[in-house]
Amino acid sequence: MTEQLLKGNVAFAEAAVRNGLRAYFGYPITPQSEALEHLSGRMIEEGRVFLQAESEIAAINMVYGAACTGVRVMTSTSGPGLALMAEGLSYIAGSEVPVVVVNMMRGGPGLGNIQPSQADYNFMTKSAGHGDFHPLVLAPASIQEIIDMVGLAFELAEKYRTLVMIAGDGSIGQMMESAELPPMQPVRDTVPEWAVSGAKGREPNVVTSLYLGAEKLEALNLRLQAKLAEIKRNETRSVEVATEDADLLLVAYGTAGRICVSVLREARRQGLNVGLFRPQTLWPYPEERLSELADQVKGMLVVEMSAGQMLEDVQRVVQGRVPIRFHGRMGGAIPMVDEILVDAESLAKEIGQW
Amino acid sequence: MTLIKTEIPEGMEPIYSYPESLTRLSTHYCPGCVHGIVHRLIAEVLDELGVRENTIGVAPVGCSVLIYNYINTDFVGASHGRAPAMATGIKRIYPDKVVFTYQGDGDIAAIGTAEIIHAANRGELITTVAINNAIYGMTGGQMAPTTLPGMVTTSTPTGRDCAVAGYPVKLSEILAQTAGAVYITRESATDIVGIRKTKKAIKRAFLAQIHGLGFACVEVLATCPTNWNLDPWEAMQWSREHLGGFYPVETFKMTDEVKALKV
Ligand SMILES: Cc1ncc(C[n+]2csc(CCOP(=O)(O)OP(=O)(O)O)c2C)c(N)n1
Ligand code: SF4
Repeated sequence: MTEQLLKGNVAFAEAAVRNGLRAYFGYPITPQSEALEHLSGRMIEEGRVFLQAESEIAAINMVYGAACTGVRVMTSTSGPGLALMAEGLSYIAGSEVPVVVVNMMRGGPGLGNIQPSQADYNFMTKSAGHGDFHPLVLAPASIQEIIDMVGLAFELAEKYRTLVMIAGDGSIGQMMESAELPPMQPVRDTVPEWAVSGAKGREPNVVTSLYLGAEKLEALNLRLQAKLAEIKRNETRSVEVATEDADLLLVAYGTAGRICVSVLREARRQGLNVGLFRPQTLWPYPEERLSELADQVKGMLVVEMSAGQMLEDVQRVVQGRVPIRFHGRMGGAIPMVDEILVDAESLAKEIGQW
Repeated sequence: MTLIKTEIPEGMEPIYSYPESLTRLSTHYCPGCVHGIVHRLIAEVLDELGVRENTIGVAPVGCSVLIYNYINTDFVGASHGRAPAMATGIKRIYPDKVVFTYQGDGDIAAIGTAEIIHAANRGELITTVAINNAIYGMTGGQMAPTTLPGMVTTSTPTGRDCAVAGYPVKLSEILAQTAGAVYITRESATDIVGIRKTKKAIKRAFLAQIHGLGFACVEVLATCPTNWNLDPWEAMQWSREHLGGFYPVETFKMTDEVKALKV
């Protein structure tokens, strides 16, 4: 396989096709519409299902229906659309069907704008719908990473029969980068035993999130919590840059994490021992490793394209062991290397490292 | 849930028995409720068409949320109003299977209006059975989109004032205008003749799907004795008189191909 120049939205959409995506249902919204457009041609070409729904509410429920048959199915959207999907996401979680949702975050609240943002962190990791559940949330920082995460997302969704979200942002969706797509995989033709397919020669299968009676629903919840605990144990992911000798740790994910690589390079040139911790799973949050790093470094600078949503998770993990500073931009503004650097330098001074 | 047992005495042939597509559970519906009647009609139709093992139902949110306890096929449970979208997802994966939604009037004509209109308009190859009892049964008798003018409900205590609460929605008349619908009819399942007609309509609607003709919906005028504060017998009469008086029992759309189906 060779690398090619790919736009993020096209890249993840094509990666999904090559990972054996059986059906896609979606509704146009910037900054992810190129994914829907790409799939409108490619899925039909491959004899698979593509349908533009009348709303994100309909789209997620079409996804839910298809997921009940056990096939690989996904949708993609951005903030306002994700909000409309929330009820469906909760039903999907309660029914334990595998689904992948890509959210290319844009500026909010409200109609906001179409520029990149990371302000849906809390929505995705903590409150994607009513009831006790978390989606597994993956956060790519490059086109190659979102391509790889699509395959991983389907694998994890099916392994745990759970909802997996990919938390991209407008810049991951819109930028072009050279990357390698996976080889073409056929659509899986086996049907999981729990799925609906017509009760031929067996008792009927029912896929529902309705459990009347507190004991029954609590039993479901206990099962879900046990599954989430297992996901926490097995699937936490993060990457680090130059953390071995770091005194000051940058903590950032996705596009902000990528920007922080430049900050790190510049800071190191100036003689600052800066490292980067970039979570690849936002839920489960890579707590254990961050906690180890909290014992090693002397201060942390959290960088986000939000008012500080992941910041609260960092504070929760660090428990006051080292000072934590925050650099955030909102409303579609992108953090600038030199501005982050100013905050890094002042933190370095504060902790006596400069 | 009570299991219903039937025993056929030695040497006798059953002339009337449980459809295979109906489970042996007694329903949780109130006495005089039409949900149970229509469940049985669907089960009989699935048996007659021989498609039980090839059918996937989509349950609504409403009193009939537990329909999968009674109809002996694969089922999924939709969120309130979204059954047609879920059915779309399933049917697109399984074009050769029989997919149907069963929905109350609140489910289909209020919160789920967008989904049913677009499913119909796409000519989605699904069958929909819509139960019109002019009220929200499950949540305790509030106004439904179908509640008649002047009708007292728990959220229209002085009667539905259309100037304030809006006018009753005539769903079948609306669906009949969609290009993708091939068969849209309203029936009443409150007396023997009506029940027989309803069954025939349901069968035709499933056949339209099986023959790949397009979207079909059977709206059934029903009852809710509990929330109407009537006894079962009065409720049946009230339904015929008042619901039937406002919502004409009529076939609003039937293409020639659907008409030609042998039912
Ligand atoms: C999103 C959402 N809103 C509201 C409800 C509460 N709710 C449950 S059933 C129902 C009305 C059902 O009425 P109808 O569809 O007419 O069916 P019936 O119970 O009369 O058979 C409502 C409002 C819900 N479950 N979900
Ligand atoms: S409340 Fe009304 S609709 Fe619900 S089961 Fe009772 S009679 Fe039927």
